[in-house]
Amino acid sequence: MEFTSLVFYLFSAILLLSGLRVITAKNPVHAALALVLAFFTAGCIWMLLEAEFLAITLVLVYIGAVMVLFLFVVMMLDINLEEMRRGFWDNLPVAALVATLMVLEMATVLSSGYFDYATPLAKPAGYSNTKELGLLLYTDYVYPFELAAVILLVAMVAAIGLTLRRRPGRKWVDPAKQIEVKRGDRIRLVSLAPQKPAAAKAAEEEEA
Amino acid sequence: MTLSMLNLMPALPEIFVLSLACVVLLVEAFSKKAAWAYTLTQWTLVGAGVITLFNADGVKTYAFNGMFVGDLMGDVLKLVIYAAAVVAVAYSRRYLHDRGMFRGEYFALVLFAVLGMMVMVSASHFLTLYLGLELLSLSLYTLVALQRDSAVASEAAMKYFVLGALASGFLLYGMSILYGMTGTLQMGQLIQAVDMTHPGLLAFGLVFVVAGLAFKLGAAPFHMWVPDIYHGAPSAVTLFIGSAPKLAAFAIVMRLLVDGLHPAVGDWQQMLAIMAVLSLAIGNLAAIMQSNLKRMLAYSTIAHMGFLLLGLLTDSYAGYSAAMFYVITYAITSLGAFGMVVYLSRAGFEAERLDDFKGLNAKHPWLAAIMAMLMFSMAGIPPFVGFYAKFVVLQALVGAGWLWLAVAAVVFSLIGAFYYLRVVKVLYFDAPHAADIVPSGGSDVRALLSLNGIGMLLLGLMPQPLLALCAYAIEVSLQ
Repeated sequence: MEFTSLVFYLFSAILLLSGLRVITAKNPVHAALALVLAFFTAGCIWMLLEAEFLAITLVLVYIGAVMVLFLFVVMMLDINLEEMRRGFWDNLPVAALVATLMVLEMATVLSSGYFDYATPLAKPAGYSNTKELGLLLYTDYVYPFELAAVILLVAMVAAIGLTLRRRPGRKWVDPAKQIEVKRGDRIRLVSLAPQKPAAAKAAEEEEA
Repeated sequence: MTLSMLNLMPALPEIFVLSLACVVLLVEAFSKKAAWAYTLTQWTLVGAGVITLFNADGVKTYAFNGMFVGDLMGDVLKLVIYAAAVVAVAYSRRYLHDRGMFRGEYFALVLFAVLGMMVMVSASHFLTLYLGLELLSLSLYTLVALQRDSAVASEAAMKYFVLGALASGFLLYGMSILYGMTGTLQMGQLIQAVDMTHPGLLAFGLVFVVAGLAFKLGAAPFHMWVPDIYHGAPSAVTLFIGSAPKLAAFAIVMRLLVDGLHPAVGDWQQMLAIMAVLSLAIGNLAAIMQSNLKRMLAYSTIAHMGFLLLGLLTDSYAGYSAAMFYVITYAITSLGAFGMVVYLSRAGFEAERLDDFKGLNAKHPWLAAIMAMLMFSMAGIPPFVGFYAKFVVLQALVGAGWLWLAVAAVVFSLIGAFYYLRVVKVLYFDAPHAADIVPSGGSDVRALLSLNGIGMLLLGLMPQPLLALCAYAIEVSLQ
């Protein structure tokens, strides 16, 4: 066995095990950490396939940004996994049976050896996967690229539309309205007839 | 690569809708007047219709390196999608007002959903097809969830989102298997590269693709989401989901199975046949037991999708054009039926139970007549258009030699006629309900609804122009 195949099988094993941990871990933080490991190993496998841009993006974006954010959220929320997992053992026998059957069927079809490709030729030195990807992305694939951008826009609109709401009864003040205020809005000048205090009045009456 | 190679002209309607959708977002954000967003949305759809009409020359043109295809079938479907969206938005105006959903985001999301459907209709590449589907689905999930304070709507949105993601996963997995087999993602190249020496593997990829498509269509056995989402979503959103997206789903089935995977026709014919019979059976039988009109119409949708699949599986021009005619007329009928639910609902009251319609004839004879026309059309009773839609599908089916399927379809349609006619009975022969039904919405909505109902009759009396258009569009587009 070649060294690269050995590395591939090693990474694949780690990937599968960590994937399994994601769904079996009792503690949600452990599950999130297992997912980080799964992403990282997948990145390593991509690196083996000489797709270095994708590998680095996976590590930077998914591990660096998405999963860290996710970890924070998981730590903040008090998730009771036992509660959510109550039906797990009841449904396991049926689910396991169906899953095993499906895996066996898929294995029968997929082991027909159709995917045995000849090993692709090694790329010449100085070949940049990133450059090729960039060239394709902005020329041949510009339409799907723009569509992906629209989907992100929709996701943004959706997130804001679903979370932003104006609750009644808040003590929030609009600064624009605050500086527009006129003297007349705040002060009311009332002219009162001059009056003597009650005590002075009483004294006057006594004198009289 | 220069700009002229991009060939932007065929995609002009898409570009127009995208630009105006962004404008709608900004208009509402700065003017705070949702009514402006509403008007602009309607004009955007009309404008897109005009552009599409002038672009439609019946010539098959590719753009963006073969990722986008413009043909007559796509143009006709797009025009119906715009019309359905215009009508759906017009019907739901008052409903949205009463429930605090009359906001700019709602209209922007409707436009984005329409854009997603347009992309799906014109997709000639797995990637664009998938992205269009996701654009549509994401917009729809959000529309369902937009009424945040309603627990039912949130639950429906959650179910829709989770099941929709699962179906997208199926579709993607099937596509990746097909890509592994053929090395191409473009439909035109796929049809040549499909290797029939490995039928097992081809069928394997196909199963996942068909399962994903069936979910999006809402055909049995992938129908479980339909009743819950139709029932749980705000009626205005149900109205939208139940009409235009069915046309887009029809288009992607045509693009994927006929344009791309036609060599595997023997395989997908069988799958569609099983799904069609199951859909007809489950849809029609389960609808009988419903007491909620929205839920009943949801099950009826499943049955109608079964009929659509019957047309598709004949693998003939007659069958495809019959299916196209069916889906167009179904979208219009469904708009009317859900439109009535929306029109009769008012602030704090949803006219969605069958009991709410009791004795509608006594108070509002004209509305009852429209509803009856829509129900007759759905049941397939001549001279309404539903009859012709079913008739052409059955004709194509018998012509292709699927006699037993045609017999099954007729039997289940007869069973289905029961629950449509029950609605008519409730409208006319039951004692009026204690709670007085007051229609909401202006006279324009009333006129549009009347047009919708009378349209069922007119299209039924003169189905020929639309039938001929469908037949011609299919013939020019499937060269």
